[in-house]
Amino acid sequence: MPLASAKPMQKINRAPSPLLARTVPPLAIILGSVLQTLPLIASAPILPPLGFLFLLAWRQLRPGLLPVWAGLPLGLVDDLFSGQPMGSAMLLWSLAMLFLEAIERRFPWRSYLMDWFVAAGVILGYLLLGSVVAHVGKHGPIATVLTPQLLLSVLVFPLAERFIATCDRFRLWRFRAIS
Amino acid sequence: MAPPNTRRTGFSKRAQYGTFFGYLAAMAGVLVGAAVLLFSILNKDAFTGVRGMASDVVAPAGMAVSAGREGVHDVGTTIYGWFTWGSTNARMKRELELARVRLVEARAIEEENGRLKALLAMRQDMTAKGLQPVTSARLINSTASSMRRFATISAGRDKGVVTGMPVRSPLGLIGRVLETGEHTARVLLITDPESVVPVRRANDGLAAFVQGHGDGTLLVRLISLGINPLKPGDVFVTSGSGGLYHPNTAVAAVMRVTRDGAVARVLSDPSTSEFVMVEPVFAVAAGMPQALVPVSDAALGTAPKTKAKPKPDQREATD
Repeated sequence: MPLASAKPMQKINRAPSPLLARTVPPLAIILGSVLQTLPLIASAPILPPLGFLFLLAWRQLRPGLLPVWAGLPLGLVDDLFSGQPMGSAMLLWSLAMLFLEAIERRFPWRSYLMDWFVAAGVILGYLLLGSVVAHVGKHGPIATVLTPQLLLSVLVFPLAERFIATCDRFRLWRFRAIS
Repeated sequence: MAPPNTRRTGFSKRAQYGTFFGYLAAMAGVLVGAAVLLFSILNKDAFTGVRGMASDVVAPAGMAVSAGREGVHDVGTTIYGWFTWGSTNARMKRELELARVRLVEARAIEEENGRLKALLAMRQDMTAKGLQPVTSARLINSTASSMRRFATISAGRDKGVVTGMPVRSPLGLIGRVLETGEHTARVLLITDPESVVPVRRANDGLAAFVQGHGDGTLLVRLISLGINPLKPGDVFVTSGSGGLYHPNTAVAAVMRVTRDGAVARVLSDPSTSEFVMVEPVFAVAAGMPQALVPVSDAALGTAPKTKAKPKPDQREATD
């Protein structure tokens, strides 16, 4: 616990802040959406869709924390920055949330490996549909462009989960003193 | 992972309704998303304002990052340079000698050109005022995870940037302005699959189009089909047809010849250029706005709002 172990912190008589507990998940996803545009000027799509990875990570690490309909508002923010046609993330993120809900109903007991496979499948579907949406009525070299991005996204996903787990620990950090 | 018990609704009517309406809202989200998507595909100018505002908001962060980007990008080149500086130095000295001679020749030709144009009483004001850039700006960010290739620059309506203006770096063409915000503008990079630039081969004027390929390269498509005359290393510059791009801006160099065209490399890689120049729309700067393809009335400042996005329809204009 890097955050808590930084200095010996009093844990008794402390409570997490309700504001942080509610706002950290959406803020982390919005941060991912904005971050995916910043670090480099790319001439081909190579970076993983960070906002979407963070959404998946929250959904899998903390099922039920984000409401099922969270894909719509968060997708709206992602659309503003991603460069995809407006509405593409709103649609695909909502679909992904519903799909993950269905997976959870079907397989209540899952291993980490299975969670990763499910995430990989969802990322594959998201990238494919996203490129179809971006190229409506066009034919492009989809396979050559998407394969590196897909591989990178799937491999980066556990790291994204690590980051989200850190955010989660921060979210429930007990620093509000109960008097 | 075990199913968390808290998600069982049990007999509580309130919890049951909550779950039910949650699903209902998610389905509605899918429908709303699909509707918005359809609307934005059919009408590409929709949502321009919202996106402009959004990119205005994150612009400061982009500025901070972009200053460091070029340095990081150069690390590999710098290390490589340590090993090759000797031969590179010798080669550059040779090339410099050649270039000096060529420069003198070019000056003579330019002077002759001016005289001949005066003889023909052709328009001269183009070079005098037309090539003044509107403004220079920083490349702030680009879409790095989408198939579409947009970049954001740090100048918007406040600096006089309007839709359609070409954007270039000292090395060559980068793209053109697609949407403007108050302090930022969104640039359609020439590598975007929907970008089409009319070009000609630099040494003999062979006309062609350069289209984005989606993976960072460009497709060169010839206008007159027949035997493919392209060779690797051919350099293409803008031809000025269509009225958007100034003629003779470097665009691409052929990498690989295909059956009916070529795959080309972008000469001015946007990832290595931090500062770019926004130029006025060519036809407007040259004083011939009527020559402009009707798609970008916005460039003239008389924008009727119902126009479709200034898509690259220069094809009709040049044929």
